[in-house]
Amino acid sequence: MSVVPAEAVSGGEALAQAAEAPWPGGDAAPAPLAARARLLPALAAVYRAQLSRARVARIPLLFVATFQSVGIMILMRGVVDGGVEARSVVAGSSVLVVAFVALNLLAQYFGQLRASGGLDHYATLPVPPAAVVLGAAAAYASFTAPGTLVTAVVGSVLFQLPMTHLWVLVAVIPLSGAALAGLGAALGLLAPRQELATLCGQLGMSAALLLGVLPAERMPAPVSYARDVLPSTYGVEALARSFDGNPDWLVVCADLGVCAGVAVVSLTAATWAYRRAAVR
Amino acid sequence: MCTVRGLVKTYPAARRRRGVPAAPAVRASDGIDLDVHRGEVFGLLGPNGAGKSTLVRQLTGLLRPDEGSVRVLGHDLVRHPERAARLLGYLGQDSTALDELTVALAAETTGRLRGLDVRAARAERDAVIEELGLGEVAGRPLKKLSGGQRRLACLAAALVGERPLLVLDEPTTGMDPVARRAVWAAVDRRRAERGATVLLVTHNVIEAETVLDRVAVLERGRVIACDTPAGLKALVADEVRVDLVWRGEPPLEVPEVAALREAALASGRRWTLRMAPEQARAAIATVTGGPAFAALDDFTLATPSLEDVYLALGGHSEGAEGLVKA
Repeated sequence: MSVVPAEAVSGGEALAQAAEAPWPGGDAAPAPLAARARLLPALAAVYRAQLSRARVARIPLLFVATFQSVGIMILMRGVVDGGVEARSVVAGSSVLVVAFVALNLLAQYFGQLRASGGLDHYATLPVPPAAVVLGAAAAYASFTAPGTLVTAVVGSVLFQLPMTHLWVLVAVIPLSGAALAGLGAALGLLAPRQELATLCGQLGMSAALLLGVLPAERMPAPVSYARDVLPSTYGVEALARSFDGNPDWLVVCADLGVCAGVAVVSLTAATWAYRRAAVR
Repeated sequence: MCTVRGLVKTYPAARRRRGVPAAPAVRASDGIDLDVHRGEVFGLLGPNGAGKSTLVRQLTGLLRPDEGSVRVLGHDLVRHPERAARLLGYLGQDSTALDELTVALAAETTGRLRGLDVRAARAERDAVIEELGLGEVAGRPLKKLSGGQRRLACLAAALVGERPLLVLDEPTTGMDPVARRAVWAAVDRRRAERGATVLLVTHNVIEAETVLDRVAVLERGRVIACDTPAGLKALVADEVRVDLVWRGEPPLEVPEVAALREAALASGRRWTLRMAPEQARAAIATVTGGPAFAALDDFTLATPSLEDVYLALGGHSEGAEGLVKA
């Protein structure tokens, strides 16, 4: 702390006196640091702020996401005729909404924030990196809920699937949302340029579309490996299985467990990417 | 309060890409020494590209210097950049992070992320919105506001959650005079009532002269002068500035005018001359009589400003045009 009290610093003399204090003697005792923002309150604040952005900027995009998925199901109605294939179309289209918003839009958002210098705002606040990443990811995962629900219900009606176990969406949306949002955030923060972040987000969403909606049995081997690597696949499978009259809950839980595991990894990666991007 | 020694930052050379020519390495901070004292409003003045923002980003822990030290309130910010967020409030040039939030939510969220609890953040939000006169637009998203209002809203966010040091990067860009006054009143209040120190980046000469206690003039990554505005102007006290604006072509057929042409810095129809007072009197006498006066649209005779200081110190004339006088 400076040896010159604030009140004294009015004339040039006081300033000159302080200037002569030998460095770092003038700052002998470090000033107390202001409190850090704690993780959960900061996460809640970021979540609330991000959610409010939906009202301003995201609602049209949420409509697009839902219409896209409903459109795909209507198209596929002419191709598949019920059974296992119909289940995977409905499940794939529903999870596609999650991929569109959580992966694609979040990658774009973080890419834009990084390119424009908007990350400086967060980087100059004493907030844990995890709070920024998790808050944004949670908000984007939440944006997907209405669209996913609408798509699943419309799909069930279109393909006459039972809606008894649609409650499984309560687990599918947050878990696949977290996995894909973490992936989207990491892509957006790591991409060296904003356009690349957008491109990665779009490609990720296209992959989720093709590999999730098209029936797995007809895919060539290399493509089905790619399908296994994509985290959205496990959300799709969990939802598809729940359309069974008597679902094998153990397998559903295993699928959701993979989603949760990927979510932890991808959100950790995104937090690391945020740290790296924030201090250049 | 804030001590900088031997700060060096070089941006690496960029390779040529399609459509983008190669750029050589830029030494954006070239051995900068600074001392900012507690309770003063300290300014960094310089044209675009002088290295002001690069310097500020190193002071706020956003950019790691290649060499040198930065100490703020006794903390080494080169070794512990994360401490900067707990010592200072920063207003950057970009508002992307807040653009889609309402003014009120932007201020409240920033306060919460600065470690305030909900009640304190809301109380400070209301106080700062009132103080800056943002009450009418508090419920509107930043990106629907005019540039000046948006800047003011970002400042509101920067001021929520008290900090002993405020670092403001061109806070009044795009603002009307009313908003500017609100900004300077808010800055002054924090200094007078709470002993806050303010580090301010500006390229506005008039602002620099009126609000700063001391100013460091930056040019190509170096501090070329650092003093009070009056002290700096004393460096060129033996000169005055004459501005001549011609109606059309300057009357170069008048020998005295042709002689002035040699010394003048021409920008469109405006000539700017810096000369000793007696020479200036002679020049004014010449242009306010005879054929020269018929061609003259306007003239001013003024004591030197910080812009003149900048030029006298060896600043580049093309750079001086980056300094704003209005």
